[in-house]
Amino acid sequence: MRKNLNVIAAYTIMMGLIILVGIFQSWNIALSIFNLCLISAVMTMGANIQWGYAGLINFGIMGYTALGGLAAVLISVDPVQEAWSAGGSNILLSLLLIIGMVLAVRYVLKKYEKSKVRTYIIATIIIAGIIIIRFVSEPGIEAIEEVDPAKTGFLGGFGLPIIFSWIVGALFAGGLAFVIGKVALGLRADYLAIATLLISEIVIAIIKHEDWLTRGVKNVIGLKRPAPYEVNLQQTDWFINLVEKFNLSKLNLITDLNERQAALNQFVIEGSSIFVKLCYSGLFLIVVIILLILTQKALYSPWGRMMRAIRDNEEAANAMGKNVVKQHLLIFVLGSAIVGIAGAMLVTQDGLFTPGSYRPMRYTFLIWVMVIVGGSGNNFGAILGGFVVWFLWIESAPIGLYLVNLTTAGLADTHFLKVHLIESVPYFRFLMMGIGLLLIMRYRPKGILPEKIEIK
Amino acid sequence: MDYINAIVLLLNYIFVPALAYGSQLALGAIFVTLIYGILRFANFATGDMMSFGTMVTILFTWYFQSIGISLGILPTALIAIPFAIIFMVGYMLLIDKFVFKYYRVSKSPPVQLAMVSIGVMFVTQAVVRIIIGPSDRRFFDGEKFLIKAGEFKEMTGLNEGLAIKSTQVITIVVTLILVSALFWFLNQTKTGKSMRAYSDNEDLALLSGIDPKKIVMITWIIAGVLATIGGALYGLDKSFKPFTYFNNMLPIFAAAIVGGIGNPFGAFLGGYVIAFSEILLTYAYKKFFMYLLPESLEPNTLVQLLSTDYKFAVSFSILVIVLLYRPSGIFKGKIL
Repeated sequence: MRKNLNVIAAYTIMMGLIILVGIFQSWNIALSIFNLCLISAVMTMGANIQWGYAGLINFGIMGYTALGGLAAVLISVDPVQEAWSAGGSNILLSLLLIIGMVLAVRYVLKKYEKSKVRTYIIATIIIAGIIIIRFVSEPGIEAIEEVDPAKTGFLGGFGLPIIFSWIVGALFAGGLAFVIGKVALGLRADYLAIATLLISEIVIAIIKHEDWLTRGVKNVIGLKRPAPYEVNLQQTDWFINLVEKFNLSKLNLITDLNERQAALNQFVIEGSSIFVKLCYSGLFLIVVIILLILTQKALYSPWGRMMRAIRDNEEAANAMGKNVVKQHLLIFVLGSAIVGIAGAMLVTQDGLFTPGSYRPMRYTFLIWVMVIVGGSGNNFGAILGGFVVWFLWIESAPIGLYLVNLTTAGLADTHFLKVHLIESVPYFRFLMMGIGLLLIMRYRPKGILPEKIEIK
Repeated sequence: MDYINAIVLLLNYIFVPALAYGSQLALGAIFVTLIYGILRFANFATGDMMSFGTMVTILFTWYFQSIGISLGILPTALIAIPFAIIFMVGYMLLIDKFVFKYYRVSKSPPVQLAMVSIGVMFVTQAVVRIIIGPSDRRFFDGEKFLIKAGEFKEMTGLNEGLAIKSTQVITIVVTLILVSALFWFLNQTKTGKSMRAYSDNEDLALLSGIDPKKIVMITWIIAGVLATIGGALYGLDKSFKPFTYFNNMLPIFAAAIVGGIGNPFGAFLGGYVIAFSEILLTYAYKKFFMYLLPESLEPNTLVQLLSTDYKFAVSFSILVIVLLYRPSGIFKGKIL
C-alpha cells in the first residue's frame, strides 16, 4: 500500500479536479471530460505497450484511431440495399482480385529467389492488378455513389450493435499494424516514426476519399447507440421518478405546482444527458479496467520481462535466443489493436464519423504527450497522463482566458492587444502542451509516475 | 501544331508548377537533412519553424507596406525576408540554447531529441497562431504574371496558353542562388568542410580540433535562412496558413529521405522527385491525348492515374518504396 502512495495520491488529485469542474462548471462538462479521459487512457495504454514495453516508436496512432472509427460505421450502419445491388458485385469482385493479387505476389516471393527478374515480375503483377481492379471497380463505385448521395451514397454496414465494433476495430487496426510492421519495423527508431506518420496520413487520405466505403468528408451521422437516447429517457416514468427523488429537496422549496413541474422538466432534461454520459462512462470504465488488468499481467509475466530485455538491449536478447523481429511485430500489432478499440469507442460516444477531423496534432502527437507526461513503461502512469493531458487540453481555454484577463487588467476592454489575445485563447492549449512536454522531458524524463519494476 | 500545343499544355500544368513546388520542398528538405546530419535528430518542428519564419516575413511586409516602401513589380516581401532571417536565426539559437543544447550535451538518444522537437513544434505552432491567427493570408503584391496565358496565345498563335507567375520565377531563381551558395559554402570554405567532417564522423572531427559549438551555431543559422526563405517563397506562391505549413512537413520529410538523409544534394533533388511525381501522377491527361491522338482514339475518361485527393499519398508511397528497396535513399545518405 505504502509504495503505491504516489499513484493513489495522483489519481485522487485528478478525480478531485474533475469533481471541481462538476461543481463549478457543470456535471455535464465534467462527465464529458471524464469520458474522453477514459478513451485517451485506452489510447495511451496502446502507445505505452509499444513505446514503454518495447521501445517501438509509433507515430501512426491517428491511422489506427480512424480505422477503429471506420469499424464502428461498418458494423452498426444498416446495409444500403440499393447500393449493394447497384455496385456490390463489382466491389466484391475487386476484393477477390485484390486477394488474388496478394496471393500471386506471395507465391512469386516464395517460389523464386531474390533477383532482379523477381522484382520486375512483382512490379508487373501489382501494376496490372491495379489497372484491372480500377476497370472492375470504377463502374461499381460510381453506381454506389449515385444512390441517394445526400443520405447514403455508400454501401453501409452490417447493421449489428455498435458494441461489436470495438472488437472489430481492434482487428482492423491490428491488421493494418501487421502490414506496416512487416514493412517498416526494420527501420531505425526515428525513421520508423516518420514512416508510421506518413502511412497514417495515407490511411486518412483513403478514408476521406473512398466515398463508397466511408462516405468520406460527407460524414456518417446518427450512429446507433449502446446507451439509451435522451429523448426516450425524458418520457420514461422510472427515470422521471428517479430524478424527482434526487432533487426532492430543491423541488420541495417550490410551492407553485406549475413552477414545480417546469423545474422538474428542467431537471429531467439535464439528468437525462448526465445519465447517458454515465452509461458511456460505465462501458468505457469496464474496457479500461479489463485492459489494465491484462497489460499489468503481461508486464509482470515472463513475456513482459522478455520485452523489457529486448527494449534495453536488443543484441543481448537476440543472443539469448529471443526472436526480436517476431516479438516487435507482435507488440506492434497488440498496441495498435488497443488504439483501434479506442477509435471505435470514440465514434460510439460521438455517434458520428467525421474523417475530416482526424488530424495528427490531436490524434498522434497529443497521445504521445500523454504517454511521456504520464510515464512511459508504467500503465498507471500512462493512464494518468491521458487524464491529466486531456483535462488540461479542455480546461486550458478557461485558464488561458483567466491569465489573459489577469495580465491585461490594466488595458481597456477595447484595446486591440487585449481583443487579439482573447480571440487567440484557444491556441493557448498548444502552448501549454508544448511547455509541459518540454518541462517534463527536461526535469522528469520518466514522467509523473515513472516506471518501477519490482520482481515478484 | 498539335504537338506543340500538347507540350505547352504539359509545361503549363505540370512542369512549371512542379518546378516551383519542388524548389520550395527542396529548401525544406535541405533544412531537415542538415539538422539530421549535424545535430542528429529528426526535427518534427520543421513545418512550424518555416511557418514562424513566414509569419515574421509577413509582419515585416505589412510594416514596409504601411510606411510606403515597395519594390515596384517585385513583391515587397523580398525586402522583408532579410529582416525576417535575422529574427528567425535569433529564434533558432534561442531554442537551441534553452531546449536542444541540454540533450546534445548529455548525449541523449536521437529519439529523445525527436520527442523534444515535438514539444518545440507545439510551442512554435501556438506562438504563430497566437500572433497571426490560423486563417489564410496572402501577402503578395507587385506584378502577378510574367507571361499571361492570353498574351502567350496571341504571341504564338497556339490554342494553349502558358502562364508563368512571377512568384514561380522568383522561387526558382532564389532557390538556385541559395542552393549554389550553400553548396559552395559546404564544399569550398573551411567552415563548410569542417561541418561535413563533423557530420561524417563526430569523434574524428573533434579530434582534429573542430569546435562543435561553432558548427552547431552555423548549422542553426543556415537552417534559419533556409526555413525563412523556403517558407516565405511557399507563402508568396500559394498562401500562408499555419496548418498547411504543418502538413508540408510530411512531403518535406519524404523528399529528405528519398534523397538520402544527411546528404544535402540528395535532399535538393528529392524535393523535385516528390513534386514531379505528385503532380505527374495526379494530372488528368485527357486534353494532352486529345491533341496527340486522332479523333477516333480520343479517350473518354479523364486519363488520371490517381485523383488529386491522393496527392500526399503519392509522395508517401514513394517514400515507403524507397525505404524498402534502397533504405539509404537514392543518393546514398546515411544507412538507416
